[in-house]
Amino acid sequence: MTTLQIVFLIIAAITLVSACLVVMTRKIMHAALWLVLSLMGVAMVYATLQSGFYAVVQVLVYIGAISTLIIFAVMMTRNVMEDVGPQSNRGWGLALVGSLILFAGTSAILLTWDKAQTVLQEIPAVNGENIQMLGLALVDPMGFLIPFEVASVLLLAALVAAIFLTADIKRSRS
Amino acid sequence: MDAGMIWEWIIKSIFLILFMTGGFAYVTLLERRVLARMQVRIGPNRVGKFGLLQPIADAVKLIFKEELIPAGADKLMFIVAPVITVIPALIITGVIPWGTSINLFGREIALSIANVNVGVLYIMAVTSISVYGITLAGWSSNNKYAMFGGLRSTAQMISYELALGLSLVGPILLAGSMNVMDIVQAQKTLPFALLQPAGFIVYFMATLAEINRAPFDMPEAEQELTAGYHTEYSSMKFALFFMAEYIKMIAVAMIGSTMFLGGFQGPFVDQLPWLGPVYLFGKVIVWLFVDIWIRATLPRIRYDKLMALGWKVMYPIALLNVFITGILVVLTTKR
Amino acid sequence: MLQAYLPLLILLVFAVLIGFLVVAIGHVFGPKRPTARKAAPYESGMVPYGPGTRRISVRYYLVAVLFILFDIETIFFLLWAVVLRDLGVFGLVEMFLFMGTLAVGLIYAWKKGALEWE
Repeated sequence: MTTLQIVFLIIAAITLVSACLVVMTRKIMHAALWLVLSLMGVAMVYATLQSGFYAVVQVLVYIGAISTLIIFAVMMTRNVMEDVGPQSNRGWGLALVGSLILFAGTSAILLTWDKAQTVLQEIPAVNGENIQMLGLALVDPMGFLIPFEVASVLLLAALVAAIFLTADIKRSRS
Repeated sequence: MDAGMIWEWIIKSIFLILFMTGGFAYVTLLERRVLARMQVRIGPNRVGKFGLLQPIADAVKLIFKEELIPAGADKLMFIVAPVITVIPALIITGVIPWGTSINLFGREIALSIANVNVGVLYIMAVTSISVYGITLAGWSSNNKYAMFGGLRSTAQMISYELALGLSLVGPILLAGSMNVMDIVQAQKTLPFALLQPAGFIVYFMATLAEINRAPFDMPEAEQELTAGYHTEYSSMKFALFFMAEYIKMIAVAMIGSTMFLGGFQGPFVDQLPWLGPVYLFGKVIVWLFVDIWIRATLPRIRYDKLMALGWKVMYPIALLNVFITGILVVLTTKR
Repeated sequence: MLQAYLPLLILLVFAVLIGFLVVAIGHVFGPKRPTARKAAPYESGMVPYGPGTRRISVRYYLVAVLFILFDIETIFFLLWAVVLRDLGVFGLVEMFLFMGTLAVGLIYAWKKGALEWE
């Protein structure tokens, strides 16, 4: 095994175990934290896939911003933060068998299908990926200019909605 | 990739961590001595020559203190929170170059741990995860002061992070790269602080808020919040919060020196690469001294004023700075 | 590829180790004589009143939402800043459109009082 494979296997294990713990833990705050660890694992997978930019953006947006929002949302809701009921329903054994079959089938296809046998390609760049190309594609009219400008409108809409929701609460209280 | 490379990285990582923890110990001493002098006192001078062994005495004292875990606290998170706080502080300087490269034992050794293309984004990403430890410490303590201290610090940090991120756009615009090494090389003739005065000031103020230093030290607003998020912490767990705060202080001084003050650049650094780290630490020490000076001078700012300053003054100024720098960069580029 | 990021991973591993090591040192050497009085949350010497964790104001949530939006904007800025020299005036105009839209958002938030703390 190469170093890359060893690192990938460790990261994948961390990601999957913490993802399972998100749904298995009883305390909602712990679930949010396991989610953070899982997202961190995904960021590291991006880094092993030669995409350092997406790795850091994953950390910056999903862990730095969105998970903070989730934690604030948890703190904002009612005080009962522990679930007392069972964490799984009666059909969990059946679901396990089903997902194992699905996993085996997908693995079998990926191992036999020749299109899936591509080698990891080295992207021609200095350290990591080429940021310049990404930046140029973002503002190129033939590239992603329209999605980029539309993104600003989307962000504006989200901002207006958030302010509308919270400012309304304040008005009704006073 | 050979085994030698991996050993080199391991040694460099351990060296950086030891350097930062050692630096933390002596910055506390520096702060106590300088503050004392500014208040016409002497400060700790009994343990060792000039009090140089004082940090060790403090550490030994803290090790033998009793650990308290408050009733009703979330035990796991209460223990993990200080560790989560200290990790970002330790890893954030991994992309900062201390010099070009030196020849040691017949090996060409680069004076940086990682030279990544997205260096500035890495710094921002690590900054953004440093809010977790504080929120969790406040939440898991089962204490009202701790909870509100943690929340206030978190809201303050994410507000100032925006201005901080935008202030770093200026150096990137001027250097045309997100690689920290390229940004340092671009400052060979002129440090960016002279070309980006507004960006530099915004960076300086935003980092003071980001590391919860005076005059933005909300967690230490004793009158209203006791000790903020670390009210319930004692022993080495308290030491970890302290360590994170001071290591972050060193880290932002190092990043700021690199982005705005020319980093390891200085006279004769091309001929003698050993001078690189010396110049960098000279700048860092001056920066730390100014931080301490500000703490001795300015009173703490009220919380609502603090948030208003972040959103209504610093963020628009940073945005305007990016706007003007962009225009100037396009106008001065020869096509 | 790993050449660039493996050192940072190694650094992260050592940082995690040192963090837990420090906690462990305190745990091993510190005395442990807990009493009910000692374990009570500190409330300026008074008997603790009510639960320690309670619901927080919606303001914090609003700050977090605003942070996400402007944070994403900052990432776009950084990407744009790297290539501005190659783009010239065209890139500048595009970014000003983007910036203008979000400046409208900031002004809206300001006028609606979303940036006020009382």
